[in-house]
This record gives sequence, C-alpha cells and structure tokens, in this order.
Amino acid sequence: MNAIFEPGPLGFLRRYEGLQPRLPGARTPWVQALRDKAAEAIRANGFPTRKIEAWHYTDLALLARTGFAEALTPVDEDVVLPEAVAPSRAVLIDGRFRADLTNAPVRSLGADLSAAEGLLGSVARVDDVPMAALNTMLFEDGVLINVPAEQNAGAIELLSIIQAEGDRPVAVHPRHVIRLGAGAQLVLIERAIGRGEGRYLHNPVIEIELAEGAHLTHARIQQEGAEGIFLSTVFARAAAGATYDSFLLHAGAKLSRSEAYVSLDGPKAMAHLNGAQLLSDGQHGDCTTFLDHAAPDCASRQTVKTVLAGKSRGVFQGKIHVHQIAQRTDGYQMNQALLLSPEAEIDSKPQLEIYADDVKCSHGATVGELDEDQLFYLRARGIPAATARSMLIEAFLQEAVDTVEDETARNALATAVAGWWEKVA
Amino acid sequence: MLKIEGLTAEIDGKQILNGIDLEIPTGEIHAIMGPNGGGKSTLSYVLAGRDGYEVTGGTATFNGIDLLALEPEERAAAGVFLAFQYPVELPGVGNANFLRTALNAIRRTKGEPELDAMQFLKLARQRMKELSMPEDMLKRGVNVGFSGGEKKRNEVLQMALLKPGLAILDETDSGLDIDALKIAADGVNALRGPDFSALVITHYQRLLNYIVPDRVHVLMGGRIVQSGGPELAKQLEESGYTAVQAA
Repeated sequence: MNAIFEPGPLGFLRRYEGLQPRLPGARTPWVQALRDKAAEAIRANGFPTRKIEAWHYTDLALLARTGFAEALTPVDEDVVLPEAVAPSRAVLIDGRFRADLTNAPVRSLGADLSAAEGLLGSVARVDDVPMAALNTMLFEDGVLINVPAEQNAGAIELLSIIQAEGDRPVAVHPRHVIRLGAGAQLVLIERAIGRGEGRYLHNPVIEIELAEGAHLTHARIQQEGAEGIFLSTVFARAAAGATYDSFLLHAGAKLSRSEAYVSLDGPKAMAHLNGAQLLSDGQHGDCTTFLDHAAPDCASRQTVKTVLAGKSRGVFQGKIHVHQIAQRTDGYQMNQALLLSPEAEIDSKPQLEIYADDVKCSHGATVGELDEDQLFYLRARGIPAATARSMLIEAFLQEAVDTVEDETARNALATAVAGWWEKVA
Repeated sequence: MLKIEGLTAEIDGKQILNGIDLEIPTGEIHAIMGPNGGGKSTLSYVLAGRDGYEVTGGTATFNGIDLLALEPEERAAAGVFLAFQYPVELPGVGNANFLRTALNAIRRTKGEPELDAMQFLKLARQRMKELSMPEDMLKRGVNVGFSGGEKKRNEVLQMALLKPGLAILDETDSGLDIDALKIAADGVNALRGPDFSALVITHYQRLLNYIVPDRVHVLMGGRIVQSGGPELAKQLEESGYTAVQAA
C-alpha cells in the first residue's frame, strides 16, 4: 500500500476529514468545536509564508511540500528508552501515550478528555498561531498533569520519542495540558527525541495554567533526528505571584521553531524565558517568544544564546508587550550568538512595546566569533586549539544553563549540551 | 637554551623588532628592560606564537627546537611559558578545570600520566598555599573578577604547576604591591635551577631586587642596544633610558 499523501495545509485538512470520527472527543461537542475552529483557521490562512512578519526568518516550505501520514506504531511495541533524567517519567511513542512505560502521576489526554474540560483550549489560541491550529485540529494524545493546590509534585520527565525509520514521513501532534493549583510546584523536563533518518513533523502544543503562587520549572530539550521538523508551541498563563521558569534547548532537527506565548496575568508574577540553540551545518533553529506583561509589579528575565556552526541559521524573536496597567514592570532580555563559521547566519529581532510609564525594561544583543585573545591564552598554556575552542563554547553555553535553578533540570540540560558538543567537535 | 638571532617582526605591516640577538643559557635568568614601545611585549608574543605578529626574518630556537615553526600549544609543550602582562578573563571556564586541562595537556605531550581531579586538587592546593592564594580562586572563573594582583598571582600559579623550561614574564610586576611582588618573585625563584631559564621583562628595576638576573639587556627601537650584569639595572634606574640612547 503506497498511498500518496497530499502536501501542505490541504493534505492535513484531508487527513482531518478522514480521521475526524476516530479522533478523541469526536462525539464531545466542546472538543469538536475546538477542532472545527482550528480547521477553519487553517482553511482560511494556510501555512505561514515569509511574507508574514512573524515568519519572515523561518521558511516552512519544507513542511508545505511534504506529504505526511499518521504513524502506524503498534500500541505495545517494545521501545528502548534513553536513561531517565527525573525520578518519574511519562512516555509518548510516536505521539501516543504509553501507560506501560509511564510511572509518573499523569493521565493520558486522549483516553479521557473530560478531565481536561475547561483547561484544554483555554490558554491556547488558534487564530494567529498556525501550528497550534494544526495541533488542535489533529491531536490524538498527550498528557494531563493537574497538581493540586499547595502540593509539590517534584520532577517529572515528559519524554516524546518519534521513530522515523522509513521513507514515509509521519506527523504527530501531541497535546499536553499542565495545571498547577495555588502554591503548587512542579519541575517538568520535556524531551523530544527523534530516531531514524526519515523526515517527520513533531508538532507538540503545551497549555499551562498557573494559579496564584504556583511555581513551574519547565525545561524543554529538543533532540530531534537529522531530518526532523520540530514546531512546538507553549502557551502559559501565570496568576498573581506565580512563576513560569522555562529553558528551551534546540539541539537537533533539520528545522525547528519553538514559540512561547506567556502571559503574566496577576501582580508579582514572574517569567524566565531562557534558552540555547545549538546549530550545526544545514540546521535552522528559531526561538520565538511573546511575553505579555498584563499586570503590575511583574518581572521577566530572558537570556537566549545561540551557537552556530557550518552553514546554519538561527533566529531569535522576542517580543515583550507591557500593557498600560502593568506599572513597575521589570523586564530584561539578552540575546547572544556565537558564530563559528563564516557561512552561519543569525537573525535577532527584539521587540519592546511599552504602554505603561513606570517600567524598567532593558534588552541587548551581541553577535560574535570566538575571542582570539581568549583562544591564545588557552593555547599558550598548552591546550590544543580544538580543545580550547570547545572550552570557550561550553563556557558560553554554561552561562545560559546556569540560569536554571533546579538541579535536576539543569543537569538534564547540561548533559544534552555536552552530548551535542561531542557530536559536533 | 634560548637562542635568538637576527629576529625581525612586524604588526600590521609596521616593523617592531629590528634584528634581536639574544642567548639565554640554560639555568640563567635574564632581564629585558627598556622604554615603552621598544618592542618588549612584541618579543614575548612572538616567542609565544600569537597571531598577528609576523616574523619577517631571523630565528628563535629553544633547546635546538625551532620555536617559530610551532603552534602556540606546541611551544608550551616544548616548555615555553608566557606570563601575560594582561591575563584575559574567561567567564564560564572554571579556574580548576582550566589549570587541570592545561597541566594534563602538557603532561600528555611529555608522556606522563594525566592527573585525576583529586590528584590535581591536592597539587594545586599545595602550590596555592606556597603562593598565599585563597583556595576559592580555584572555584571561580579564570581571572573573572580577580584584582590585578590576583591575576598576576594566577599566572605565577600556572607557572608553578606547569614547570616550564623557559618562563617569559611580561611586566609581571606591573600593578603589584610590594607583598604581591615578593610572592611572584618567590614563585620564579622556586623554579630556579639548572633546567630552568627565564626572561624577565620589566620597565622598572624594582622586580630585579627580588629576582636577581644573571644578565640585563636593554631593548630599544626593536634592538638590544646594551647588555650587562645585574648592576646595569641599577644604573638604568638612576640615569634613565635616554642616557643609553645617547651612548
């Protein structure tokens, strides 16, 4: 059987028409309404092109010209898992929740959508976020994590493995819903791992709702396969005094873009939107964030570092919107890129829109090569040039990883950074 | 021994060294003095192999090895150590990690076994005690937030650990108070022996009260214009470099 799958938005819309009756929530009106609205957005807008401002630096032509199918993975297939990075773990294989491989206190979203009623679709929006629309239209599974008020849920790894062995490109759209009650705490370490050499689309969407005083550490580690396309979207809303402390690491994939839409909705909420992109020859990585300061006395911190080797291209877009009501906002944004090759390119676009008058906001961007004086200093001590270079690149990234306070999350990130470097060096 | 003959070098097309002739026999310490702009730092960088310093003529050998043909790390492996006038800061590179990586790189080229973290710490702590350095300097980033004096002491610590055959000290005395100066001098004097040579570059005679040189040379206009015993340093301190120029 060698079905030919139509490429582009039309192909996905056809899949939706065919799959609709079998998708979770097919007979649940509120779910169906969400899916239909998403399908409508795709039908109306298609996939973004570079003519759209937010997509000017990232070209989805590769996605648009590939025809994708669903993964046909047996639900009980044996899969060798990588070493765990947290005491408990939830596992998705090719987009499907695997209860048999999971020991974390989470539920399968696909198995019981009713538990997510009022949460699913409450933070995400589909009108102007094309990948979230695609996900909403086609998601089949994911996890629901609901931490009750005042409870510390410890650290949970959310591992999503895509197996792309064949020449039949697959698309998976996991959907996760995270809710922390008032004063609750969670460390979530999300890992996206690709196996095989085939092309695929991994399109996760995570909706996060943080009640008053809740604290979420969210480490995101993308280690997709060489031909993988990773397009991910996080929507997070923080109530008064809540903290969303996130770190995004792009260390794989042919094409990756992660968007984060974070809204500080209550006074004294706090967001860290830190990250690092490690790009080598032929890779494109895009870290795009939209931060809404919608309440007074909130603070945000953002340090994103990109290392580019070979002919690679990196993008950083960081928009901070300070609403008129958001007096005494304290915002900081720093974007730094290290170019290791004359063929590498970084596009950096910070955007500050400030409508309040009592605000402290700063931002900066640097682009540079390795410092010759530093290199010479190391070499003059007998350290070979290649080792000296690695030491300086590691140091550059270390500063970013060190912004993560939680030790479990920080160690997972440091291991992933070291793994990337061993492959490139 | 270090043997320099007819060495000429330029930076950005501008000739700085105009034919240096200098021999430092093994076991001797020589001082190079001279006014600013005379070529002292250029000589040290050319010997250590810094990019941007182009050698246009002459030779420089150390124990018969052609230094000018080697990469900077190979010169270090051959035993050449440059104590920098302005040590750079390396944020994110831990001092202990840096020192151990350097030491093990040198040990590897000598065919000696590498030191593990524990062995290294023991050795480093011992050397630091001798140099009156606080132990927390191992935990910090290389030279990050170090005072001028701490940076220079960190250079001396590296020298004490790497045990070079030839140390080039580029104005190690600048920015040091008298106590730090003595500590730095002690670090050099501790290495003194039949297998150790040093080239001490300084603007002032002060350092040479503590590191007594076998010979003193005056470098001006890219040439050695005068050489003598330790007493030459004192003469220069009294009469200044203009007197040399006149002579």
